[in-house]
Amino acid sequence: MSKNDVYIIGAGIHPFGRHDISGLDQGVFAVREALKDADLDWPEMQFAFGGSSAAGAADAMLPRLGLTGTQFINIANGCATGGSALLSGYWAIKSGEFDVGIVTGFDKHPRGAFNADPEENGLPMWYGETGMMMTTQFFAMKIRRYMDQFGISEESLGRVSEKAFENGARTPHAWRRQPVDFETIMSSQMLSDPLRKFMFCSPAEGGAALILASEKKARELGRTQCRIHGAAVRTRPEGSFEVFSPSLSIERGQSPTELASAAAFDMAGLGPEDIDIAQLQDTESGAEIMHLAENGFCKDGEQEQMLLDGDTKLDGRLPVNTDGGCLACGEPIGASGLRQVYENVMQVRGTAGERQVDDTQIAYSQVYGAPGLSAVCIIGA
Amino acid sequence: MRLISENVVTLENGSPVLFGGKSKETGKVVFPYPEGAERDRYDKVTLKSVGELWSYTVQRFPPKNPPYLGPTKPDEFQPFAVGYVALGGEVIVETRIATSDLSTLKVGQAMQLTTLPFAEDEDGTPLHTYAFEPV
Repeated sequence: MSKNDVYIIGAGIHPFGRHDISGLDQGVFAVREALKDADLDWPEMQFAFGGSSAAGAADAMLPRLGLTGTQFINIANGCATGGSALLSGYWAIKSGEFDVGIVTGFDKHPRGAFNADPEENGLPMWYGETGMMMTTQFFAMKIRRYMDQFGISEESLGRVSEKAFENGARTPHAWRRQPVDFETIMSSQMLSDPLRKFMFCSPAEGGAALILASEKKARELGRTQCRIHGAAVRTRPEGSFEVFSPSLSIERGQSPTELASAAAFDMAGLGPEDIDIAQLQDTESGAEIMHLAENGFCKDGEQEQMLLDGDTKLDGRLPVNTDGGCLACGEPIGASGLRQVYENVMQVRGTAGERQVDDTQIAYSQVYGAPGLSAVCIIGA
Repeated sequence: MRLISENVVTLENGSPVLFGGKSKETGKVVFPYPEGAERDRYDKVTLKSVGELWSYTVQRFPPKNPPYLGPTKPDEFQPFAVGYVALGGEVIVETRIATSDLSTLKVGQAMQLTTLPFAEDEDGTPLHTYAFEPV
């Protein structure tokens, strides 16, 4: 271990779903849970990085948490906001400047698909006016092409959802806590072919917070269970296929997820074969299938057999989205990436209850966001 | 009828012409022809009017207005197809797909440029966008 290793010494979550309280209050709840978990108090936080996409500025939590003068930096990076907040905190400690701080995120979205503003995304108005500015269409077209190229069936899409709801039923912080049978999934309303209602996650509400510490501080507090082995954020390279792209290059290239994954593995000195469980961005079930390959856990097309064999179930070879992922938890943008890491912390500590995967040593998470970035974090003993 | 933007698509002798931008530096073709200051770095070029369907989906629920200008009321909304069409070796363009049969689209099928009414102006003038249709 190098002297600047970074540890996750506290984790808190406000259950995802639909709630009567504000997004901000859900964030504050998660922060207090994380502090309690770490047995620390807010004045001990030397920094905070936080994000919310639709529920106000994250630093509006300060009056409720305490006006201690600590630096609080707001993060906005689309669906990868949580992952980006985590990375910011990681570097703050890695730099040697700080010993302990917090990363947090929360959100509360209106119901229904996200609606995007073309101009905010550097696109002409007609792109939205003609009905093409839909994240759902992008996900559908990416998996449609992938299915054609690599022989993935529609049944595989259904199997991913079935597994997500099975896991969600075992997870106190999940939103969808009822299993949904395969036939119901496969006959649910088609929203954007080939993706059906039960194959998409929904915008939701929730909050999450993690407390990070230097090795020195983690040792002092006796909390060295979860070390960050590798962490990386990468944006889209030339030739990748991203949301809100009126055109694509003929020359196809890598994805931001492939770059972030390779960087995080390199940093950790680990490979996909070393990973015990993985939380992969599953905005819809196709994304989980493609992200399995983009993160190096299989070759393109192998997912069909993996899903038939149950490899990604809780008792499988590589359990994926052990808490039900975005499909069962919903997606409060600011909190979603931190939920993945919260889940990994619970699994590595062995405190994940009914969904615990035995002997989880090394856990992987990947969150993808518009307009084309990916954040990967590998934690473990 | 009115077209979305003359820098995107125009009619010449009744036939649609689609425009893109060609990077002065690298020769790479993009769609649409960039707006604003970025435009200085591109030449306006005519794109091919035939290509192959690269991927597609069907929008089966009404997009939100704004920004969508087409009909969104449940009794007026009709599902529509969108896709990406690869235009020769130049560029892959995202587009509405003009077809009455949403069930027979196939990756790789031949497509040609057309225009498609998608909404109406405040004064009732039909708004048309570029689109591709199966050959």
